Amino acid sequence: MSGLKKILGLLWMLLAPVIILFLFMQAIDKIAGAAEGIARTNTTLQWSIIILIFIPICAGLAIFGFYAWKGEYDHLPESSADLE
Amino acid sequence: MSSSDKNVTQSITQVIAASSLGTLIEWYDFYIFGSLAVIIGQQLFPSDAGASALINTLAIFAAGFIVRPFGALVFGRLGDLIGRKYTFLLTLVLMGGSTFLIGLIPSYSSIGYAAPILVLILRLVQGLALGGEYGGAATYVAEHAPVGKRGFFTSWIQTTATLGLFLSLGIIVLTKNTIGAEAFADWGWRIPFLVSILLVGVSIYIRMKMHESPVFTKLKSEGKISSNPLKESFQKKANFKMVLLALFGATMGQGVIWYTGQFYAQSFLENTCKLDFNESRYVLLWAILFATPFFVVFGSWSDKVGRKWIMLVGMLLGVICYRPIYQYFIDATNVKELEKTELLTSSVPVVERGLVSGKQDSLITTTTLKTLNNGMTFKEAKVVIIPEDVLVPVKEETVIKDVTLSGSTYVTIIFLVFFQVLLVTMVYGPIAAFLVELFPTQIRYTSMSLPYHIGNGVFGGLVPFIATLVASFSGSTPLSGLWYPIGIAALSFVIGAIYIDNKGDSNVMD
Repeated sequence: MSGLKKILGLLWMLLAPVIILFLFMQAIDKIAGAAEGIARTNTTLQWSIIILIFIPICAGLAIFGFYAWKGEYDHLPESSADLE
Repeated sequence: MSSSDKNVTQSITQVIAASSLGTLIEWYDFYIFGSLAVIIGQQLFPSDAGASALINTLAIFAAGFIVRPFGALVFGRLGDLIGRKYTFLLTLVLMGGSTFLIGLIPSYSSIGYAAPILVLILRLVQGLALGGEYGGAATYVAEHAPVGKRGFFTSWIQTTATLGLFLSLGIIVLTKNTIGAEAFADWGWRIPFLVSILLVGVSIYIRMKMHESPVFTKLKSEGKISSNPLKESFQKKANFKMVLLALFGATMGQGVIWYTGQFYAQSFLENTCKLDFNESRYVLLWAILFATPFFVVFGSWSDKVGRKWIMLVGMLLGVICYRPIYQYFIDATNVKELEKTELLTSSVPVVERGLVSGKQDSLITTTTLKTLNNGMTFKEAKVVIIPEDVLVPVKEETVIKDVTLSGSTYVTIIFLVFFQVLLVTMVYGPIAAFLVELFPTQIRYTSMSLPYHIGNGVFGGLVPFIATLVASFSGSTPLSGLWYPIGIAALSFVIGAIYIDNKGDSNVMD
């Protein structure tokens, strides 16, 4: 199981930038497709918010993957003392 | 049961009642804004587009999704520094106060752009307060609960989000039916906001009489309170890795299952299946009514078999069953197809003539009420638009609307929505106990609040938006939007199954 956790850690690290890239591509596509005027401004605003929210989350996924790859989740703490 | 056991049960009952009531009221406050967004938009925002649309978008969109995790950080930190009791008293006052003030804001016609800006500010305060409330209530109850019953006791907190939705719909419908639709749209919409102050007043009174969490009090007396819970939660690797695990292995999947079952299902039935406005809400209300007790059932069961697999099975069932369930919704309400073999009666067409809103184009709508052999009814509206400019071609469109269900179809759809809400109870019932047990007392409020609100506020809250967006892509089908909750729940299931341990730390006193 520890081996699997580590291998999947690499996958999570790769997944994070792929998601951000996908979101950027979708944002460009949808903003370009929105009608001129307030509809386009609103679409830009919504996608900006989504990307702003998901960048730190994807960074978190990459860090999670890094920890997994480093074996940090091989043994989980069983009490608060283990977190010290 | 010994007398000391009785005292403990009585005491924990009071703790749960006081915590749940406050949390329920906060959810009520949060939901009424969403339920009345259209009327608020008409009253407090200018009718032309421009800057108002931006503020409207920010008020409704940003406050709901961005601010909650920040509230979790701000109030989580406070809760770990000054205590649980005073922090979630503060969140209650902020939530109730801002809700009450929204009900008092003069309309746009009186104070201009100050109206939407004030709404935006108060909506942000609401989002912050909600972000701080849940973690406090869950932590407070869990730290009072005896070992072996923590899942059961905290699951009562989990029912409040659903009951808050009930309360908000109930008060809105009651007010509207009492004073009439016109008066409600004019000034009556303020009543549900103003009523909030009474509910909050009662809740504050009850919460003021409560004592601080015994675990936090002990820690404080020993001088072991964290001096910087934010730093300890997120800069200390041992804690931060657990925050990430809680987010990606549990709350992320839990959030999408919750929002799909309780919000997207109703939206899909109304907008894609063209169910009547009331019909789609009655389906959800019946489903929620029957499913709500299962929050407590699964919370209690998690005390015996562990939290992990109950939550993960809920996610897995969502991944497997969503597409067949929603395919049934489409097939069962496909009245155009059913009409070919099942048409019983067709009413005399009603013709209405008018102008297209804001234009001089003629609009002719011919509506026919049709009844099928199985008792289902629907309206077929043929809409013809004759442009003022004779060179522009006439537009014709047939629209199906106001589908009502009957017999076995009605029962089956209620059952399928009930099943989705049942999955919500599986993932949501044990989650508070799971999160509480994951973190030590010094940083519990801060550490558990953030993954919870990112999972629910961001991943869950975005389900309607992203699902609708995906369904609008070229080549997509009405079911394509489900790939978002299915994908997130599947990812969370894999991470949870592989990385989370079913044996949690049952000692929350450390």
